[in-house]
Amino acid sequence: MSAPTAGHYTATGLDSRKIAIWAFIGSECMLFVSLISTYLIYKGRSLVGPYPHEAWTSPSGQHFNPILNIPVTSFSTFVLLMSSLAMVLALAAVQNKELPKRTFGERVLGSSKLWLWMTALLGTTFLACQAYEFTSFVHEGLTIRTNLFGSSFFTLTGFHGAHVTAGVIWLLTLLAIDYRRGLGPKDELNVDIAALYWHFVDVVWIAIFTLVYLIK
Amino acid sequence: MATTAAPAQAAHLNEHSYGEQSGIWSWLTTVDHKRIGVLYLFTALTFFLIGGLEAEIIRMQLQGPNGRVVSAEFYNQLFTMHGTTMIFLAVMPLSAAFFNFLIPLQIGARDVAFPRLNAFSYWVYLFGGIFITLPILFNVAPNGGWFGYAPLTTKPFAPGLNIDFWVIGLQILGVSSLAAAFNFITTIINLRAPGMSLMRMPMFTWMSFVVQFMLVLAFPVITVALVFLLFDRFFGTQFYETAAGADPLLWQHLFWIFGHPEVYILILPAFGLVSEVLPTFSKKPLFGYPVMVYSGMLIGVLGFGVWAHHMFAVGMGPIGDSVFALVTMLIAIPTGVKIFNWIATMVQGQLRFTTSMLFGIGLIALFTIGGISGVMHSSPPADLQQTDTYFIVAHFHYVLFGGSIMGIFAGIYLYFPKITGRLMNEKLGKIHFWTNFVGMNLTFFPMHFSGMLGMPRRIYTYDSGQGWDTFNLESSIGAYIIAVATLIFAYNFLTSRKRGEIAGPNPWGAGTLEWTIPSPPPDYNFAVLPTVTSRYPLWEGDERDAESARINSQEGKTAADLHIVMPYPSIKPMIVAGAMVIMFSGLIFAKALIFVGAAVMVASLYSWLLSPLEPEHH
Repeated sequence: MSAPTAGHYTATGLDSRKIAIWAFIGSECMLFVSLISTYLIYKGRSLVGPYPHEAWTSPSGQHFNPILNIPVTSFSTFVLLMSSLAMVLALAAVQNKELPKRTFGERVLGSSKLWLWMTALLGTTFLACQAYEFTSFVHEGLTIRTNLFGSSFFTLTGFHGAHVTAGVIWLLTLLAIDYRRGLGPKDELNVDIAALYWHFVDVVWIAIFTLVYLIK
Repeated sequence: MATTAAPAQAAHLNEHSYGEQSGIWSWLTTVDHKRIGVLYLFTALTFFLIGGLEAEIIRMQLQGPNGRVVSAEFYNQLFTMHGTTMIFLAVMPLSAAFFNFLIPLQIGARDVAFPRLNAFSYWVYLFGGIFITLPILFNVAPNGGWFGYAPLTTKPFAPGLNIDFWVIGLQILGVSSLAAAFNFITTIINLRAPGMSLMRMPMFTWMSFVVQFMLVLAFPVITVALVFLLFDRFFGTQFYETAAGADPLLWQHLFWIFGHPEVYILILPAFGLVSEVLPTFSKKPLFGYPVMVYSGMLIGVLGFGVWAHHMFAVGMGPIGDSVFALVTMLIAIPTGVKIFNWIATMVQGQLRFTTSMLFGIGLIALFTIGGISGVMHSSPPADLQQTDTYFIVAHFHYVLFGGSIMGIFAGIYLYFPKITGRLMNEKLGKIHFWTNFVGMNLTFFPMHFSGMLGMPRRIYTYDSGQGWDTFNLESSIGAYIIAVATLIFAYNFLTSRKRGEIAGPNPWGAGTLEWTIPSPPPDYNFAVLPTVTSRYPLWEGDERDAESARINSQEGKTAADLHIVMPYPSIKPMIVAGAMVIMFSGLIFAKALIFVGAAVMVASLYSWLLSPLEPEHH
C-alpha cells in the first residue's frame, strides 16, 4: 500500500485517498439508487410468480408461498450491522497500536487482527446467508429469468453481495499485511478507507433491507 | 538575439521534453500527466478522423436521392458508430487530453493525485475504443444508434453480435471515465498550490471540476442500464422484456438521466477553454468570474433535471411534459449568462484575432444558434413537430460541432505551444478556421430546412420530389469542405510539431499559472510550488507571484537537481487495463478469456497496489 501523497503538500491537509474514496462512494450511491429504483418501479409488475410478499398459484395449479424469508434476512442484517461495529474496533486498534495494553480487556480491544478477522467473518456469514437465500429461492422456483421480480431482485442483491465480497477480500488483504509486518498508526488511512467502504456497503444494505424486505 | 536564443531553446526541447525518457517503452509506462495528455490528444484526434470518415460516407450516401453507396444495414452501423465515436472516443477524450495536460499546470501541481490511475484511465480508453471500433471492419459494428434504445436492442430484435460489442464497449469506456473523474476531483480539491483558492482557479479548471462531478453521478446510471441490457442479452433476465410486463421506457429514462448530463459533459470543457482563450486575446480578465463559476455549477445541477425532454414524444402526460419543458427553458439562463459574459470580456479589450481567438468567437456565434434551436424544442408542442427529424440533427451539431469542437480547436491552437514548445502556423490555422466555419455552416444549416420539411433522421435514403434534394446536396458539399479543413489542420498540427516557431514560456502574453513555466514543461512542472495571490498571477499578481514565476520559468534543471521526488514509471496500469478488456471480451469470444483476464487483472492490480509510487522521502 503506497502513499501517493505522503510527504507532498496538499491544499486541504487531507490525504488524497481520503477524498478519492468519498468521490467513489458518491458514485456508488448513484449505482445503487439506479438499481433500487428499478426494483421499486418493477414491484408488482411481474406477470407470473413467485412474488416477494404474496402467495401465488400458477395456471397449472401449483402453489407458491411468499418467497422472502424475513427471519433469515433479519439475522443476516444483524450480522452485517455487527460487522460494522467490529470494523470500528479494528480501526481503533490500528490507531492505538502503540498504546500500552495492561489488562486482558485492553489486549482484546487492541488486537487489530482479532477485529479484522471478526469483520471478515461476519461479512462472510452475511454472504453465506445470501447464498442460502439464493439457492432456496431457486429451489422454490424463482430464478433471475423467472419474472421481473426475479431479475431485479437477484441483480440488486447480487450487486450488493459482490460489493461485500470485494470488501471481504480487502479485509483479508489488510490481515495479510498485519501478519506480515503488523499494521500500525502509519497504516491508519489504509484501514480507514477500507472501513469507509465497509460502512457504506452496510448502509446500502439497510436501505435494501427496508425497501425490499420490510415494506410490502 | 533571436538567433542565439533559438538553438538554446531547441536543445531544451530535445533534452527535456517530459523528462529524459524517450522511446516506446517510456510511453507505455509513463505516469506523467502531460505525456498521458499527449497520448489522449493523439488517440482522440485519430478517433475524430475515424468518426469523420464515417460521417463523410453518410453524406456521400445522402448526397442525392436513392443513393447506393452503402447498404441500409451498413448505414445503420455508420450512424451508430459516428455518434458513438464522436461522443465517447473523440470529444470526451479530447476534453480529457486537456484535463490531463492542463489541470495540474493551472492549479500549480506537480502531477495528478493518482498518476498510475491516470495511466490506467488512458489505457482502458484506448483498448475500449479499439474494441468498439474494430467490428465495423467485419460488418458487425453496433447498429442501434448511440442511444441504443431497448427493447429494440434486446436479443429478440437485435440478435447479432453488433449490440454485444456496443454494450460491452461502453461498459469498458465507463470505467475509464469514472477512474479519471475520481482522480481529477481529488487533484483539484487537494493539489492546488498555496494561495490557489477555489475562486482563483482558472475557468477551465472550474468547468472541468463541474464536469468531473457530473461524470461521477451520471456514469453509474448508464452502467446500470447497460448491466440490465447485458444480463438480458447474455443471461435471459427480463428487464426490457415488455411481454413479461417490463416498462418500455425504463431504458429511455435511465439512458437520458445519463445522456443529458453527458451533453454538458461534452460542452462544459469547451466553455472552459474558451474562457481561457477570450481573456488571453482580449488582454482582459474574464468578465464576471464568480457568475461564470455559478452559472457553470447551475448548468451542472439543472443538467440532471431535464432528461425527459428527449422523451416528449413518448406520451408522458401534461405534468411530466410541463416540468421538463420548464427546467429545460431554465437552463438557457445560465448558458445565456455565459455568452453575454464572454462578449463583455471582449468589449474594450485589446483584441488579437489569432486562430485560437477566431475559434473562440466562432463558438460563441455557432453555439448560440444551436442553443436557440434547443430552446425551440424545449417546448413540447414544437418538439413533437421536430423530434426525429433533421432539425434535431442540425441543432445538436450546432452545439457539439459549433460548440464543443470549435472550443477544442480554440484550445488546441492556444495550448499547442505549451504542449510542444512550438507555435502552430497561424496562416494555415486561419485557412483551417474559415474553411471549417464555411463547411460547418453549409453542412448543418440546410438541415434545419430539410428537417422542417419532414426529413426523418437515420433513414439511409430518400425519394426525390419531397423538397429535400437541394438541402442534402448542400449538406454533403459542406461535409466535403469540412474534410478539407480537417486535412489542413492535420497537416499544420503534424508539421508544426517539428518546424513551428519556438514558443517560449508565454507566447500569447496570457495571465494564468501554466504560462509561467517553460514550454514544454519539465517533468516536475514547477521548480518551486508557486504562491498564488490572484486569478491572473502574470497580469495582476504581487511580488510573490512574480518571484515564483521567475524561478519556474528557468529551464534546464532536472528533477534530481532540484531534489524533487518523481513517481516511477510503471507498466502495471496498462496490464490491468488490458486484462480487464480481455475479461470483458470473453463474454463474446470465449468464456475462458473471462477467467484468464480476471486472474491477470487481479494479480497485476495487487502488484500495482503493493509497489511504491515513488522513491522514499528523506
